[in-house]
Amino acid sequence: MSEATAPKIPVTVLTGYLGAGKTTLLNRILSENHGKKYAVIVNEFGEIGIDNDLIIGADEEVFEMNNGCICCTVRGDLVRIMEGLMKRKGKFDAIIVETTGLADPAPVAQTFFVDEDVQKNARLDAVVTVADAKWLSDRLKDAPEAKNQIAFADVIVLNKTDLVTKGELAEVEARIRAINPYAKLHRTERCSVALADVLDRGAFDLDRILDIEPDFLNADDHDHDHDHHHHGHDHHHDHDHGHGLKHYHDEDMQSLSLKTDKPLDPNVFMPWLQNLVQVEGGKILRSKGILAFHDDDDRYVFQGVHMMLEGNHQRKWKDGEPRESRLVFIGRELPQDLIRQGFESCIVS
Amino acid sequence: MKEFTPPADSASIVSVTERVKPLALGMVVTSVHFLGPRAAFVGGEETVAFVDGQGEISKVAVHSGGILSAASDGKRLVMGGDDGKVVSLDAKGEVTLLATDPKRRWIDAVALHPDGAYAWSAGKTAFFKSGKSEEKSLEVPSTVGGLAFAPKGQRLAIAHYNGATLWFPNMAGSAEFLPWAGSHLGVTFSPDNKFLVTTMHESALHGWRLADNRHMRMTGYPGRVRSMSWSAGGKALATSGADTVILWPFASKDGPMGKEPAMLAPLQARVSVVACHPRNDIFAAGYSDGTVLMVRLEDGAEILVRRNGTPPVAALAWNAKGTLLAFADENGDGGLLEL
Repeated sequence: MSEATAPKIPVTVLTGYLGAGKTTLLNRILSENHGKKYAVIVNEFGEIGIDNDLIIGADEEVFEMNNGCICCTVRGDLVRIMEGLMKRKGKFDAIIVETTGLADPAPVAQTFFVDEDVQKNARLDAVVTVADAKWLSDRLKDAPEAKNQIAFADVIVLNKTDLVTKGELAEVEARIRAINPYAKLHRTERCSVALADVLDRGAFDLDRILDIEPDFLNADDHDHDHDHHHHGHDHHHDHDHGHGLKHYHDEDMQSLSLKTDKPLDPNVFMPWLQNLVQVEGGKILRSKGILAFHDDDDRYVFQGVHMMLEGNHQRKWKDGEPRESRLVFIGRELPQDLIRQGFESCIVS
Repeated sequence: MKEFTPPADSASIVSVTERVKPLALGMVVTSVHFLGPRAAFVGGEETVAFVDGQGEISKVAVHSGGILSAASDGKRLVMGGDDGKVVSLDAKGEVTLLATDPKRRWIDAVALHPDGAYAWSAGKTAFFKSGKSEEKSLEVPSTVGGLAFAPKGQRLAIAHYNGATLWFPNMAGSAEFLPWAGSHLGVTFSPDNKFLVTTMHESALHGWRLADNRHMRMTGYPGRVRSMSWSAGGKALATSGADTVILWPFASKDGPMGKEPAMLAPLQARVSVVACHPRNDIFAAGYSDGTVLMVRLEDGAEILVRRNGTPPVAALAWNAKGTLLAFADENGDGGLLEL
């Protein structure tokens, strides 16, 4: 049949505060011998040291859809560039969008949620944030943009780790975790990270919303020795590792995780979730969840960016798999008690 | 939008599919324009394919990269590319370089005036060139979405974020801003010069009556409108974006204000492109499932030109006399119908 649709082109969003090393990472990706061709959407020409005829300058032009709703802000320039790039389909394998150091990643992500044509041809793969190990702690205090970028990330490349002491590194990691415990974190010098760790992550793929556990819990599984080593030097929080990373509680940006092993009522949950993101979507940067509904043998998965949600029945619950519902919200000044109460009211009693 | 109910006695559809000369262009196609007797199919990148009345195909290289925009006046075709070049192609197949962006920026939009003047845009800047006079430019607040010349006078409409700008390139300080929130992409003047209509990023059109800048909201589309075409004499504006062709009435001085649009040729597929006959009250419509229909405005009577079952129809055009209809789907399979 001619109905077979071509695979969607993966799009990686590369963010990071000024000077963190975005361009270094980009140059690394482009120069590595991976046999792939990338179309790269950049803000400033000339910083990329690699010849590539598919480097496109962007203006980061956002506009508000639906007559001025700030949560429905999209990047119009991306819509246009994507449309132009689609004329050269087959000439590249993936797209990387570099944002300016002061950019909020949300409009980029939202572009992939709302634009029908963009969605038809491309899929958001992951938001990768490059952070400067030496300066991030300071920026988290004085630059809301830097905090947004950490909160939004699926992958964090914590760069310039050679410029800090072990103690400083532990502190900056703890600060990152206080905001976003879910992103994959990689410690690097000069952005030396395996490309497989930043590209083709499928972070927005509903079928792959598996890593809903905080990353540091996963890390403990296979990284045991390494972590112990850290503990030895880090007398300061090795007592309460696990829950103790909240030690660096961020004043306004946090994550909230909810869990229940009792089934949820979809007729209560769906309107509740939709209303929640409508009303509080300005505060909620990212949300995702795996849900077990009453009288439903399928897992339901969803994810959201601010007010935009997408969800679907994913697959049957496996035999022996605990039918648990888990939700995660990352946001600014989250009304935690309200969300908790609302969630509990969705449980079938 | 109202539901379309076909009359109970409607016979099975008349078909002219046997009379279509099939074409295999072997390239991605984005639009088609008649240059003299030949149809010029614009490719997704690099190439334009001429097709003569016998169905003979000859290809011409026009850009080194993607072709982002194209406009024609029937005598020549002006195109903008991601190589930063504006080129024209005439009926003989001769390519002329009209302009090169110094920073090699994408040429997002082009427009062609009946008197030979042309315009193009790169980023936020619209450029205008007429005969031997010097190139003129105007910067608008955001990237240009589309360009269109007024049918009379050298006046250019520039669509961008939050409205459109009207500009007489030969009169300094003449830019007039027509505001409306949102991202405006395509733009067209009504043939009587009384209305300006834009396609928006949201699934809607917006219009202004130029005498008093009164707004006309044209909404209700399930998808983005990518194709607009004025019926002969400008009585109606036919549009894509729904599973019927939506025709807005423009015959009266109020345009479509307070009126319902006509909805013709409903199918179980989205209309992807429309082209009104240049002389008669007939239009052709291409659909997302590959169907092409010819439809009479008066009663909605349909004639099947091409069956469904292919990628969306991307290109559709009549020649100036209205005796030839050319079309192609996204993958370059098309046809030529002589009436």
